[in-house]
Amino acid sequence: MNGHRCDRCGEEATIHEYTPSHGKVLSETHLCESCAQELGMEGKVVKGSQELLQQLILAKTGRRKAPAAATCPSCGLSWGEFREHSLLGCPDCYAAFEKQLGSLLERIHEGATHHVGKVPANQNLDLAQRLTHLRKKLAEALAAEQYERAATLRDELLGLGAGDGPPMLDGGESAGSLRA
Amino acid sequence: MIGLDFSSTGEWLRGTGPDSDVVISTRVRLARNIAGFNFANRAERSEHQQVVALAREHVLGCCDRQGLLWVDVASLEPLDATLLVERHLISKHLAKGDRPRAAVVHPDESLSIMVNEEDHFRMQVIRSGRQSADAYAEVNRIDDLLGAKLPFAFHKRFGYLTACPTNVGTGIRFSIMLHLPALMMTKEIERVRRAAHDMQLAIRGFYGEGSDALGDIFQISNQTTLGKTEAQLLQEFDEGVMPKVVEYERRARQVLVERRASLLDDRCHRALGILQNARLLKLDEALRLLSHLRLGVQLGRITGVDPQTIDRLLVLVQPAHLQKTLGESLHQAERTEARATLIRQHLS
Repeated sequence: MNGHRCDRCGEEATIHEYTPSHGKVLSETHLCESCAQELGMEGKVVKGSQELLQQLILAKTGRRKAPAAATCPSCGLSWGEFREHSLLGCPDCYAAFEKQLGSLLERIHEGATHHVGKVPANQNLDLAQRLTHLRKKLAEALAAEQYERAATLRDELLGLGAGDGPPMLDGGESAGSLRA
Repeated sequence: MIGLDFSSTGEWLRGTGPDSDVVISTRVRLARNIAGFNFANRAERSEHQQVVALAREHVLGCCDRQGLLWVDVASLEPLDATLLVERHLISKHLAKGDRPRAAVVHPDESLSIMVNEEDHFRMQVIRSGRQSADAYAEVNRIDDLLGAKLPFAFHKRFGYLTACPTNVGTGIRFSIMLHLPALMMTKEIERVRRAAHDMQLAIRGFYGEGSDALGDIFQISNQTTLGKTEAQLLQEFDEGVMPKVVEYERRARQVLVERRASLLDDRCHRALGILQNARLLKLDEALRLLSHLRLGVQLGRITGVDPQTIDRLLVLVQPAHLQKTLGESLHQAERTEARATLIRQHLS
């Protein structure tokens, strides 16, 4: 236990990835098991304490420990597509392409790689994560034509204040095409 | 119908506010996206519709500004969409898109929120003259109100997440519209361009990216959005950069007055003469002459012309405004005549 929280959901992180360069750790990623699995990073990263990992990594040649993600697991955007259009596909792209984005952001933002500005007053990462999760489950249920389950999930979303009012199911669209 | 009075112009063209001899207006915008949805460029139509529905409910519901207008941009006539672009209330990108999209506009045009532009929300507050701090305070307040209702996509390392990484972090863009005729006449504008570039600032023409400096009007905006607080970015922009540019322009105006008075007087009086008498005026010529007239009025070389009239004309002579004012579709040749007539009426 080294006290790191998961970069994506804030749960206790059990998987840690360090990218070394010229004897220094260039970037770090900390994930819980389920987020690592979602990002396709389980099995690619080394588990262990920060100190041990740093020693292990720094003893090596500076090569990256894990290949960078080829596509975003949430929206399917590839890094190549991003390079072509300069637009990311969804909020999860930032976690999926964190490594590649690091150096790009440094060039764009005068060397900066971390936000230090405003944090939403009601910043509730758990709520945001939960909404994302529920919307995905809703889309899956609709795709599988499990309408009772979809109704339950919709009620749950409404209870969290997401879309209480406008319809989540639009009459003009194929239900199966709804993404959460 | 949009519900705006197109024969008049918004509050930001009042021609007042600090440093309004050089600074026409200040704009501050925030980019925000709702957590759990794809960004607009990768979203399906159903997601676009959900974002529009959430915006309609929550923006109109939570915002305490009275009388907000909801504009369904997707169903607007092209002429009306262009009108909103000419008034700087929406972008060309939003006007020409094909996805479900909208804009929320305050009748005094000091606030507009674009929905499903590059990001789900682009909120902007515009003020007349140099008022970055005031404009930021207002857009930040709107952001708090909306953020209390909708969970914005946020990452503790990257901050507010945006479709383009050039906006990530604070999502903030300070932008100031400047009238720099003396720097153009003395050919010192290149110094400003270089200085802006060195200070990581973008300098563009009247209509933003890709547009020329029509009417000697430039927009300068910050490019860095990550790694600094909003207060730092505001201070650097408003206290570090803007006073210098304003000072450059004033010094160039002073040089014209002291050393090239006849050239200056010729330019501004010639402009007034043409504007009061011409029967045909193309847009670029009209804007160039209005620029010289504005300079003459600001320096007291010309009296009897209201500065606010000149600033309003900068918008009213645009093609869509001319057509809206006359209530008919006009070819380019007809517009040059209508433009000259409108200007004569305002300056007679």
